[in-house]
Order: sequence, then C-alpha cells, then structure tokens
Amino acid sequence: MNQLATNLLLLTLLGYVAGAVAGLLCLRAERLANYCAFGCAALSALGGVVASVTGLAAGAGAAPPSLQLLPALIPYVQFTIRPDPLGLFFTLLVSLVGLAISLYSLGYARGFYGRKNLGVFGAFFNVSLLATTLVFLSDNVFFFLIAWEIMALTTWLLVSFEHEKEEARNAGVLYFVMSHIGTGCLILGFLLLFRASGTYGFDGFHAIGARMAAGPRNAAFVLFLVGFGIKAGIIPLHIWLPVAHPAAPSNVSAMMSGVIIKTGIYGLTRVYFDFMGPPPNWWGVTVLVIGTISAVLGVLYALMEHDLKRLLAYHSIENIGIILMGLGAALMFLHTGHPVLASLALIAGLYHTINHAVFKALLFLGAGAVVQATHTRNMEEMGGLVKRMPATAFFFLIGAVAISALPPLNGFVSEWLTYQSLLQGFGTTPSLIRLMFPLSGAMLALTGALAAACFVKAFGITFLAQPRSAHAADAHEAAPTMLVGQGLLTAACVFLGLFPTLVLKLLDPVTQQLAGLQLSPRLSLADGWVLSGAVATGGTVSMPGLVLMAVCLLPLPLGLWLVFARGAKVRRGPTWDCGLQGLTPRMAYTATGFSKPIRMIFKALFRPRREVQREYDFSPYFATNLRFESHVEELFLTRIYRPMNWLVWRVSRRMRALQAGSLQAYLIYIFVTLLLLLLFAL
Amino acid sequence: MNLDVTAIILQTALLLLLAPLVSGVIRKGKARLQNRRGPPVWQPYLDLRKFLRKDMVISEHASWIFSFAPYVVFFTALLAGLMVPMVTVQAPLSLFGGVLALVGLLALGRFFLALGGLDPASAFGGMGSSREMTIAAIAEPALMLAIFTVAIAAGSTDLSRIVAATLGPTWSLLNPRHVLAFAALFIVLLAETGRIPVDNPATHLELTMIHEAMLLEYSGRYLAFMEWGASLKQLVLMTLLVNVFFPLGLAPVTTPAALAFSLLAYLAKLFVVSSIVVVVETTNAKLRLFRVPDLLSAAFVLAALALLSTFLFQ
Repeated sequence: MNQLATNLLLLTLLGYVAGAVAGLLCLRAERLANYCAFGCAALSALGGVVASVTGLAAGAGAAPPSLQLLPALIPYVQFTIRPDPLGLFFTLLVSLVGLAISLYSLGYARGFYGRKNLGVFGAFFNVSLLATTLVFLSDNVFFFLIAWEIMALTTWLLVSFEHEKEEARNAGVLYFVMSHIGTGCLILGFLLLFRASGTYGFDGFHAIGARMAAGPRNAAFVLFLVGFGIKAGIIPLHIWLPVAHPAAPSNVSAMMSGVIIKTGIYGLTRVYFDFMGPPPNWWGVTVLVIGTISAVLGVLYALMEHDLKRLLAYHSIENIGIILMGLGAALMFLHTGHPVLASLALIAGLYHTINHAVFKALLFLGAGAVVQATHTRNMEEMGGLVKRMPATAFFFLIGAVAISALPPLNGFVSEWLTYQSLLQGFGTTPSLIRLMFPLSGAMLALTGALAAACFVKAFGITFLAQPRSAHAADAHEAAPTMLVGQGLLTAACVFLGLFPTLVLKLLDPVTQQLAGLQLSPRLSLADGWVLSGAVATGGTVSMPGLVLMAVCLLPLPLGLWLVFARGAKVRRGPTWDCGLQGLTPRMAYTATGFSKPIRMIFKALFRPRREVQREYDFSPYFATNLRFESHVEELFLTRIYRPMNWLVWRVSRRMRALQAGSLQAYLIYIFVTLLLLLLFAL
Repeated sequence: MNLDVTAIILQTALLLLLAPLVSGVIRKGKARLQNRRGPPVWQPYLDLRKFLRKDMVISEHASWIFSFAPYVVFFTALLAGLMVPMVTVQAPLSLFGGVLALVGLLALGRFFLALGGLDPASAFGGMGSSREMTIAAIAEPALMLAIFTVAIAAGSTDLSRIVAATLGPTWSLLNPRHVLAFAALFIVLLAETGRIPVDNPATHLELTMIHEAMLLEYSGRYLAFMEWGASLKQLVLMTLLVNVFFPLGLAPVTTPAALAFSLLAYLAKLFVVSSIVVVVETTNAKLRLFRVPDLLSAAFVLAALALLSTFLFQ
C-alpha cells in the first residue's frame, strides 16, 4: 500500500462526507442536490476502486500501519483505520458496486422530483457508503461498532424513505429490530474477545482465539454467527431480508443486496479467520450446513415469488448460503491442517462474494428500471419488455445467466472453485464427516439448477411474450445514466467470468493474510488463460478458451446456411393458438403457473393453499366470475417467529405489573438489584 | 497440455455425424419391437436436410432470444461433446473444462431452450419450459452426485483423467460403486434426453409433451439446429455413460490401428446403450409428471449409495 493509494483512500472517505454535506446544502434545489450528491458519490467510489486495486495489486507486504482519522477523546475509542488486504478487498467491492449505483441513481432519482426530498436522500446514500467503507477498514472495536450502527441506521432511513407507504414503514421497523439484535450479539462477542486480549484494537485480536478457554471461545463463535448472520441474511435469521430489500427504492435495494449484506460476510471472515485461531471441527461443519440450508431454501422460496424484487431478495439468501459453503469448507480444512485447500475454499467464498455483489446489484438495478417503467413489482403484469426496453433486457439477461452459475460468466467460475474445494476436501479426513462434502456439492447443484429455473421464469415472464398490462405495453427504455450504471456492472460480470486468474492475483494478499499462502500461481495455467484446481490434475477450466472455441465453430452454421438454406425465406406469422381467434396475453404462462410443478414437488415445505370461488349460472365449467387465490406458507415466519412474537407480548403484558408508575417501587428495584450484584461480586 | 487441432476437428465431425444416427437407431429399434418396419436409420439426416432447406415462420411476438436460442443449444452441446473422451482417452478439449463445465454448458443450452419456449407467448411453450426446468432441477443433484463418485475416485473433474483412472487394472464389471453410479446416471440420461418414462419424444399430445412443447413454434433451420442440438446432447450423455463406466477399448495411443479398434468398440458400446434405452422405452409407460420426482429421487439415492460404497469398500 503506497502513499498515493492511502491518500486516495482518505480522499474517497472525504468525498462521501462532501457528497452528504452537498446534498444537505442543496435541500431546496432538487436537481442540484441530485447531481451534487450522486456525482460526489460516483467520484469517491471511483477513487475507492482505484485505491483498493492498487493496494491489492501491490501484493502482500508488511502489515500496513493504522491511520488515525480523528483524535481519540475517549479512552479505548480510537478512530483508526487500517487498509489491510481483507479490508481492501471488501472496499473494492463496495466502491465498484457503489460507483455503478451512484451513476444509475443520477437517472433513477429523477423519479422522485417534486415528490420527495432528494437532498436528504442523497445525503443518507453518501453516509451509508461512507459507513460501509469504514466498517471494512476500521481497526478498533468501538469504531467498527459505530460505523456498523451508522450503516444500519442510514439503511433503515433509506428503506423507509418512501414512508408514506405502510409497507416501507413496516419493513424499516423489522429491519431495525433484527439489525439491533445482531448488534447486541456482536457487542457481547467482542467483549469476550476483549477479556482475552485486554485491548480493543483489531491488531491485538489477531489469533486471540488460541488463548481463550473453550467455553468463551465457542460462545463467541455462536454470538458472531448470529450477529453477522442476521446482517448477511442466513436462514433462519433471514426474515427481514425479503421484506426490507423490496420495500426500499431500487438503487437502495441494489446497495443492500450487493454490498450491505456482505458486511456480514466480511465480519465472519475477519473474526473466524483472523481473530479466532485454529477452529474446532464443528465450527466449519456448522457454517457449511447453514450455508447449504440457506442456499437450497433461499432459492426454493425465491421460486415461489412473483414479485420481481422479492424474488431477487430471496436469491440473496441463496447466494449468501453458497458463500458460506466456501467459508465453512475453509474452516474445516483449517481444522484438519490443509492450508492449500483452506485457501482455495476461502477464495471460492470471497470470489462468490464479489460476483454476487456485482450481478445482484445489476439485477436489482434492472428490476428498478422495469418497476419504474411499468409501475408494478408484480411480474404477472409485465411481459414483452424485451422489445420496449432492449438494453435493460440485455443487461438483465446477462445478470440472470451469471446468477444461474452458467458458463462463461462469473457465477460459474466461483461455483466451479467451490465444487473443486468440496471435491478435494473428500480426501482430507478419514471420518464419516467427509461425506458432507459431496452431499453439499449435490445440494449446490440442486441450488444452481433451481436458480436457473427461477431466472428462466424471472426473465421469461418479465421480458418475453406479450405485455400483460397496459403499463407494460407503454413502457419506455430507462434513462441513459441508468443504462450506464447497469452496463458497468454487466462489463464487470463478463470480466470476472472471462479473466478469473487476474482477479485471483488480487486475492493473493488476502489469502496470504488469512491462511499464510498465495494460491494464484497454482491456480493459473497457460499464462493465465486456464484456471486450475488446487492441484493441476484436479481439473481445469477456461472460459476464454470456451468462448474462442465457440467463435471458431461459427463457420459451421454459416456453411450449412450457404449450402442448404440460401434460398429459404423468413416470414412473420401469428403464434399457433389452437384455432381460437387470436392469442391474448391471458393465455400465456404466468409466473405462478411456471413454478407450480416445483410448488407441488416440495409441497411438504411450502404447504400451498389455494382457494377458487366460481360463480356460474348453469354449469361450473362456464363460470361468469372466477376468484383464485394461492398462498405459500413461510415456515420460519409461522412456526418460529410468530410464536416467539406472541411469547414476547405475553411476557411483557405480565411485566406491566412491575412498571406501576410509583417512584418508591422503582427505588426499591434499584436497591435490590444493587444488593444482589454486591452479593454476586462477593 | 497442448490443443490438438486435428483431434478437435475429427471429434467435432464424429459428434455431428453420429448424433442423428443414434436417434435413428433408437427410433428404428422401437419400431421393430412394436412390430413396425419404421423409418430407415438415416431418417434423421434427411429430416435435418429438409429442415435446413425450408422457409421459416417466426412468431410475431418473438424477440431476438427466439432466434438466438437454437445456436446456443447447438453450440453448447457440441462444446460439451468435445470435453468427453470418445475414441481416445484424451478428450480434445479437456484443458478447457471437465465434467463441471460439461454440466454447465448443457445447463446454458437448457436455459436458452426454455427461454425460446416462452418467447412466442404460447401457453404450450411456457408449459414445456416450466416442466423442463423442473425436471432438470431435480435430476441435477443425482447427476452431480454420480459424477462426484467417479471424480473423487479419480481425484479429478477432468474427464480424460477420470477415464484413465477407471481404465486401470482395478476396473471390474461388478464394482458396486460403478454399478450404482451407472444406474443413477442412466435414469438421469432418460430424464435429460426426454425419454419415456419421463417425456415421450414421439408425442405431439398437447398436455404431456415437454421437449416438443418448447419447439412447437420453431421451423426451418432453427428447428434443424434445435433437433441436432438435442441429439448431440443425447450422444454426449451416452458417451459419458459408456466411456466413464466401461472404458474398455479406448485408445491410449493414437496409432491408426488402435483408433480403428477403439472406434468399433465405441460404436458397439453405443449400440448396447441405445438398445437398453429402446427396451426401457418400449416396456414402460410414461409416468405422470408428479411421479417423475420419485424416479429421480431413486436416482439420487442410488448415487448416494454409490458414494457410500466408496467409503465402505476402501
């Protein structure tokens, strides 16, 4: 990390502050506020990208010194940052996605002109980018928690930005509550670490777990898993995610799904790989199992959605699961003493983290453009948009192929690395535990195939066939800056897919820091054109090779056309409608119908209910009026959270007796508590 | 680790020429078992030529996706085929991807096939897409687990290395791991290639068809590429099945004599597998759609048992 990169990083942080201030200064002039706030954010994010790439490309040197941002006025609370490789990698992620979202927002925010206060919106947006960057860089527990809280609060404000809608208000409250349960767990976890280290600086925490007793160490593991897991949206702590992400404005949804849930992944990586020392086996097993369950259930719930943004939100849960599969396998390999495989699994997890950030942000931006054009999030009222919004459709298609883990795009590459580490992991231990690796690999395959089914539905119903509503028929292409933002992320998807070995070079310092070795020389063959598993005999893959090969085969259909089909004509005609008088949009397959086979196959999970009410004159086959309703039960909501909610209400109703409003009674409570504590201290 | 251009060209040619023949042989075999004379085995070639020459009618609702899909289906199946060892142990393109890339490429083809089904706004296409994606999704874990079983034994996902590992002196016909994984993969083959009892390739009965429903709006050369792609995919999966589990006769060296023997052995093995498919198709009825998951979970259990036997018999 040279001086220039460090300065650029500080400029980035200052730029976000400037953006926030500029937004607040231009409260009255909404156009100016839009340009100043989002322009500042875009420039700062660009600085962040450059700074973090140069920092990572410099390789793993000595640990960078920590920088003091503000003078420390309170003991223990140090406002210091340390741009170490792990932090820089995540800074790259937030800056890259932040850049694209800021550009997109320049156009998207026009939809709020005259309705909402854009200065405030832009200010919150900048502050949340600033806080997220600081979460990744901070070097002190208190500073980390302060940045974490500012991030949570600004996101809450952004989620409930359209507070005139009840949905947004409720989503905001749910997010707020869950987020603070998580923060509580984090505070307890960090206090346990503090007991062992005696300092609140992150440098004092390095490998502190080795010096802790088993009890507090395991307790810290669980507390961090819950605390960071809530933010990341692992099942069963995910319930806020499919509510909050869709309710927010679309650029904020992209920000949350792309970046903010990754702070949970950052926290888990930081704590488990940097702080906690050599892990016992059950840690890795737990993380791997949670990852697998989150991946499969996330995609299954996504399939049941016909709200475009909720569908995407559930896919975030799935992808967080895939990331955790990599991290869990890495922990298991660390336990059995296989640093090479641990690095491979870690790389798989981190690669999928940046991939998911890029394609999920892309998909949410596309969804935002579609929602703005059609005024609905319900896929059943869309359709035919590929002709009306061709560029958005193309970008969304690229994102859909990427998220379905199909070659030659980035989702495939990181899942390929995950498969490789799982398969190689079979040989690491003689116990029965090793069967978990191929079984979770099979579940990953199920996840990938279901994701492909889900995105055939999402793209097919939204963009193809005939428009299903008047709004969809009148839709127009999104504003140019919105397309620029999406195009940037599309290019990133293609780049991350075609040139993984270049990206792995940037990951070298990270694995050096966390697992003590650099893997990119082993993983790249043939001058970086071919990606290899941890051992070269384990398997190779080359995305540019496949693309080039396909190009080389292009003369084949051309030749066939020249020989056979030169005289053939192409005619446009109506789709076969079984002899009826014209095809109407109502005859096309719906999103609900598309996922019906899966709903029936997994009915033990979904418990589908449907109600059909027919009004008819003489025969039920000729209904004059038909009402159809179909529900899917969200098991975690109805079986865990509702009963818990009810319990809390009951207990608090009982507690009301304590809070009688009498001052004397309160004084007695305080006295008794004090007495008990003193007794306890003896 | 160099790419052998001759090998690539030869295997491409072999794939393209052999794929329709396998479909033709299966059709002929089914006809014979039903006491019909049936069309000649080279009928699929004639069909392809006819489709290529015909004019096309494209639905007025369709977009560029509809025209793009046939090429994706065709190319992905072809590229996947270049990663499978056919007559030599070394597959021409195994440097560019192993079995994971093969499954990924076939999935990419399926993705666009399903989009092509949805594009013309017809209810049949949507129905076909929905069912195709569902069946593929529940077949995928069984497919992957069976593949993992052999990949773990070989320590590689590279199909050339997998074949080289099974080709060794330890190969035996009744290795429990191989038998179970073979059974699982065979069921997956039936599902993935749209055979009875999962789908009926000969039907145009509107409510039961899956693959045909997606192709309903295709005509002319697009249909030719779709059909060719489907038969290529079938050939690729069959080759995977015969050469991974019965690598006998595969040429480790590239002398003309060894290649000729290997080609004959390969054709014989393909003929045997095609015959099994014919018998299965003739003696079974098509399952109801919601019974298909039972069949595929049986495949998954078989693959899991294969994996477990790796663990037990080591």
